[in-house]
Amino acid sequence: METTDEATMSKYYSIEPGNFILAGEAAEQIKKILKQLGIDAALIRKVAIASYEAEMNLVIHSVGGRLILNVNPQEITIIAQDDGPGIKDIELAMKEGYSTAPDAARELGFGAGMGLPNIKRYSDRFAIQSAEGEGTRVEMTFYLS
Amino acid sequence: MTVEEIVAELGLKVLTGREHLKREISSAYCCDLLSRVMSRSSKNSLWITIQTHPNIVAVAALVEMACIVIPENVTVDENTLAKAEEEHVVILSSSMSAYTVAGKLYSLGIHGA
Repeated sequence: METTDEATMSKYYSIEPGNFILAGEAAEQIKKILKQLGIDAALIRKVAIASYEAEMNLVIHSVGGRLILNVNPQEITIIAQDDGPGIKDIELAMKEGYSTAPDAARELGFGAGMGLPNIKRYSDRFAIQSAEGEGTRVEMTFYLS
Repeated sequence: MTVEEIVAELGLKVLTGREHLKREISSAYCCDLLSRVMSRSSKNSLWITIQTHPNIVAVAALVEMACIVIPENVTVDENTLAKAEEEHVVILSSSMSAYTVAGKLYSLGIHGA
């Protein structure tokens, strides 16, 4: 990758709550962009899985939100931000197997309680901010070298 | 083994991706929880699931699976089939249960990821 400012790019995807038909499209787009940029396949897999989990969290749990992809010569960053309702207990939400997904989502195979743990596992740097009644912001970073 | 060989050995029905049957299958995974499937299955794997909604296509495409096998002749959503053709995802169907499909694949030498 070139080490100029031109190699820095940013993409924005609006995520519709409750739309399970469109769900996954943003993650698929992100994956296609990274492929075009010639990123290593193993790294693309990690970013794609983390993006998909973040996208599904927005679809299942939020009142609406967005995924933002930033790529520069050093790292890939994905920010998942929503407008609520916020997470009551972040520590619990980070626990593998814990889920507050409604039955409708569980019937489709979601709600395994692995979304946030998977994002943390696959990213090199992970940060989450949330408060009940406010939005949630998850930032995941993947190093390119 | 290729998808085509599995189709012949197990008598599977090809629902989508007929032009991609030469794909090589490296391993198999059986689960209906999408997060688990994403993190445990690998590229070129075969995935057995009873889920039939469009998101299985997103999962299979993201992981670059060789194919999905739907057991027990469960009807697959029209939306799922259309999306699978678009994303070049192979969906196969069987009258057998997931357990039997997995057992037959194992005896053919296809093991877990």
